Amino acid sequence: MAAEESYPPDLRYHREHDWVRLDGDEAVFGITWFAQDALGEVVFYDPPAVGATVEKDKPYGELESVKAVSDIFTPASGEVVAVNEAVQERPEIVNEDPYGEGWLIRVRLTEPAQLDELMDEAAYRQYLAGL
Amino acid sequence: MAAATQTTSLHDRHVALGARMGAFAGWDMPLYYAGARPEHLAVRGRAGLFDVSHMGQLEVSGPGAREALAAALTNDISRVGPGQGQYTLLCDDDGGVIDDLIAYALPDRHLLVVNAANTAACHDRLAALLPDAVELADRSHEIAMLALQGPRWADALRPLAGTPAAFGLGYFEIAEDVVAGVPCLISRTGYTGEPGVELMCPWDGAPELWDALLAADAAPEPAGLVSRDTLRLEMGYPLYGQELSRDRTPIEAGLRWACDLEGGRFPGAARMRQQAERGTPERLVAFRLTEPGIPRAGQDVLHDGAPAGRVTSGTLSPTLGAGIGMAYVAAELAAPGTEIAVDVRGKPKAAVVARRPLVATSPKE
Repeated sequence: MAAEESYPPDLRYHREHDWVRLDGDEAVFGITWFAQDALGEVVFYDPPAVGATVEKDKPYGELESVKAVSDIFTPASGEVVAVNEAVQERPEIVNEDPYGEGWLIRVRLTEPAQLDELMDEAAYRQYLAGL
Repeated sequence: MAAATQTTSLHDRHVALGARMGAFAGWDMPLYYAGARPEHLAVRGRAGLFDVSHMGQLEVSGPGAREALAAALTNDISRVGPGQGQYTLLCDDDGGVIDDLIAYALPDRHLLVVNAANTAACHDRLAALLPDAVELADRSHEIAMLALQGPRWADALRPLAGTPAAFGLGYFEIAEDVVAGVPCLISRTGYTGEPGVELMCPWDGAPELWDALLAADAAPEPAGLVSRDTLRLEMGYPLYGQELSRDRTPIEAGLRWACDLEGGRFPGAARMRQQAERGTPERLVAFRLTEPGIPRAGQDVLHDGAPAGRVTSGTLSPTLGAGIGMAYVAAELAAPGTEIAVDVRGKPKAAVVARRPLVATSPKE
């Protein structure tokens, strides 16, 4: 079943509806509740390769739902250190748990200061209200 | 929502079940309830219940109706006696497909079940083809339709049917019955490849029928249009607007079996005979990706790196866990086993032309 709408306060949010959670000098990326709801039931995840470089504001992979294909955008630049293989096997966990089990990649950030350019929970909620 | 969007008599049921609704052929229809994948697997493994009330029903009756339909539709309706249905097509004068449909012969009339988006086009075309003595009526807003599909369909229906009529029916046969107090036409047809029935009933009777089926001990899973599409694609059944259009004849679509080329005098017959003899430049095929990816309509089919066709439908097969689809390809590539590729957003994905159905089922059981 799909998750309840939520936007955890410990995350930073990109305008393309991607989130980032800082974890030491690494960060975890995923898509927001709003994004998975708009996409609908996710059926396929095309991730980047481990070791690939991802660049802020550029797509790093694709999620495909029964309705549409959507690029996933990079909230901060870095190198991919892990890909969530569970999402490749069970893409629907992005719908079930977008901030937990449904994380997408883990990245070693090259410019951590970029996180300051992202929205916090309040700003993102306000941004959503204006869409 | 646009005011023009139509709703079925089950709309509030769908909303109450938490369905993701979406526009389809001018109707606001359930795309899926809990999830398209579990609904698909429920139909393959047990049973699913679809609201297909958006489909059109045209009634043809009066003196000469049978002969007139024989001259209008591609398949030989004289092979169909009262109580039977037949898959057939309505074409324009060049053999372009106006719609594919099922024609049911009933004791006193014929009932044509057509695609929702084509109801008006079929009505207008038939009105022009049928003689004045034959009556043509659009019953689309009087007749609701449910599809109960899956190997355990009978377990859900048996406790509700007034007479055992439905259980003695052969594949593509149709009979009247009363189910949960609602008068129905029950036919052993469907669009999933599974055994099952389609139930046509009065528009306002559908909620009672729906509720009774979902309250049965062996209740089917409510299933939406997304799983209906993935199920039909696994079978390689063509869909109007995707595989079928005015730009393609039934011969190009591999539907020669539904066309009486020998005796038929239906519109387009001459061109279709010619195509059947000489072959067509392109043929409709089913295919399966041999690496991860999901093909989608409109993508190029590649052969030796060069464009050689176009995908008409594509999806992830829940049964196979692989990308599957249908495509029009150059005729020389149409043999099952031919290695092709699909250009999935700039990435060529290896694929193989496959026999239909892509998934083994036994709809006739």
